[in-house]
Amino acid sequence: MKIFVCIKQVPDTETKIKVDASGKAMDPAGVKWILNPYDEYAVEEAIKTRDANPGSQVIVLTVGPKTRAGEALRTALAMGADEGILVDAPDQLELLFVAEAAAAAIKKAGPADLIFTGKLAIDDGAGCVPQMVAEFLGIPHATVVSKFQLTPEGAQIERDVEGGTKEIVKLKLPALIAATKGLNMPRYASLPGIMKAKKKVLQEMTLTDLGVTAQSLTPTIKFELPPDKPPAMLLSGDPAEQVRALVSKLRDEAKVL
Amino acid sequence: MNALIFCEKNGSDSAGFKRSSLELLSQAQRLGLKATAVCVGSDSKKLSEEASQYGAEKLVLLPTESFGHYNPELFLQAFDELVKRTSATALLASSSSLGRDLFPRLAARLKSPILTDAIGLVGAGSAWQVKRAIYSGKAYLTSALEGPQCKIVLMRPNQLEVSTPTAVKAIPVETVTPPSSSGLMTSILEVVQGASKKLDLTEANVIVSGGRGLKDAANFAMLNDLAEVLGGTVGASRAVVDAGWVSHSMQVGQTGKTVAPSLYFAVGISGAIQHLAGMSGSKVIVAINNDANAPIFQKATYGIVGDLFTLVPQLTAEFKKALNK
Repeated sequence: MKIFVCIKQVPDTETKIKVDASGKAMDPAGVKWILNPYDEYAVEEAIKTRDANPGSQVIVLTVGPKTRAGEALRTALAMGADEGILVDAPDQLELLFVAEAAAAAIKKAGPADLIFTGKLAIDDGAGCVPQMVAEFLGIPHATVVSKFQLTPEGAQIERDVEGGTKEIVKLKLPALIAATKGLNMPRYASLPGIMKAKKKVLQEMTLTDLGVTAQSLTPTIKFELPPDKPPAMLLSGDPAEQVRALVSKLRDEAKVL
Repeated sequence: MNALIFCEKNGSDSAGFKRSSLELLSQAQRLGLKATAVCVGSDSKKLSEEASQYGAEKLVLLPTESFGHYNPELFLQAFDELVKRTSATALLASSSSLGRDLFPRLAARLKSPILTDAIGLVGAGSAWQVKRAIYSGKAYLTSALEGPQCKIVLMRPNQLEVSTPTAVKAIPVETVTPPSSSGLMTSILEVVQGASKKLDLTEANVIVSGGRGLKDAANFAMLNDLAEVLGGTVGASRAVVDAGWVSHSMQVGQTGKTVAPSLYFAVGISGAIQHLAGMSGSKVIVAINNDANAPIFQKATYGIVGDLFTLVPQLTAEFKKALNK
């Protein structure tokens, strides 16, 4: 099986966000970049599936600035993916065109039997690209997938919806699976894995190679940091007093009761 | 502007539209849109009456027998046809599980601009401004939606006002003919209902969340009691989910759910950045922790430094009194 994984490099969760000189985006100076946490589940599931189906390979791909996005690919390669593809693209590329480029790269390097992604990237939180890639490829998709198995007819998955409810869905292959937490336990890249990753093939492509002409469909009007809020008003006294004070504040001051 | 407003229900047709759908219909009115409500259902009278009270001029029903279980391919085809047939230039939906799965794919098919999990929507004519929280809530981005195609916006629940319902009006109802189900590549085998009958965390207006300070899974019962009195839903930090005390569906945070209640209790939760990412959009935050240095006290509105095992039951009793329960 040829298994693709679409990944994204995102700012580390502890990053303190600063506004750049244009005032319209995050200042990337000093930011520590990581593999999007949800994509770890995708890479892990791809590797597990490959290992259970001898003769298969895992190709990870990302669409992003080649000056930094290759690092996320190396992390995935160090986990055990076989090859990488880096489609050089500007940061903040309109998501529709990220998907178009990813789909075109997959078509070029494919055909794909299976595609794994994370359900969303923690920087923009959009959760759009996986479904869009599936649409460009004309294949079925499932998102928020917490269980996956191959079956004789294709794949069977469980997806998490509201209220702890789970939908059990079967899909014909090729299909795109967008992973959520709980799908598996992603492995750490081992030192031998990291060393091997340095020798693995990392192919570069451009948007022009792939015939993608991007536009901005959702241009930025404003980028702002949340207003500074004062710390909590601490309620004093013995527990009974604190409790009474809280209830009256919630009712009369905050008016949320 | 012709707009499609995808509405979801509280369960059966008679249970009516979710509050998040009433928010959308109300906003469509405020934006001056010619709104067609679209929903899965069979009871055209009940649903069209409610839709008309919030300004919908028409109701389109996706019949329950074909659309009762979510199938991305069937829904995609139905909406693709509907957008074209109604010449819709805008589509509003809740950023629900179904909405978040379906509409990005529709956007790719239509080459539409789409913004999900929006926390603000204002507009003058066809110029809309949509606000989203990004970088796990550490920044806000306001964007326009451009291009000739139907604009699609998915709203986070609890961000918009619900208008006062007007008198019921008779509005036309159309029932969609389901597309052929032969040749579908996806099928739902089974839906396994979650145990909780309460509102999902993402829609809840009151949330009581517990963290490691609770010391034991059994102590969540105390939080259930408090949530019960307040009509709220119980949530959890990642630490207790990873410890196996509660299911992942209860996790609030960066790799859990993003919530936007009016009132959020963080009980025995230290306030790691990743947890804050999920709940910083709460209107009022109450922190209860015995560690005065816990980071949560920097982000909460009100705080009590003390023993939660004493405080929570007393709080429950006090709320019961205050709310006459």
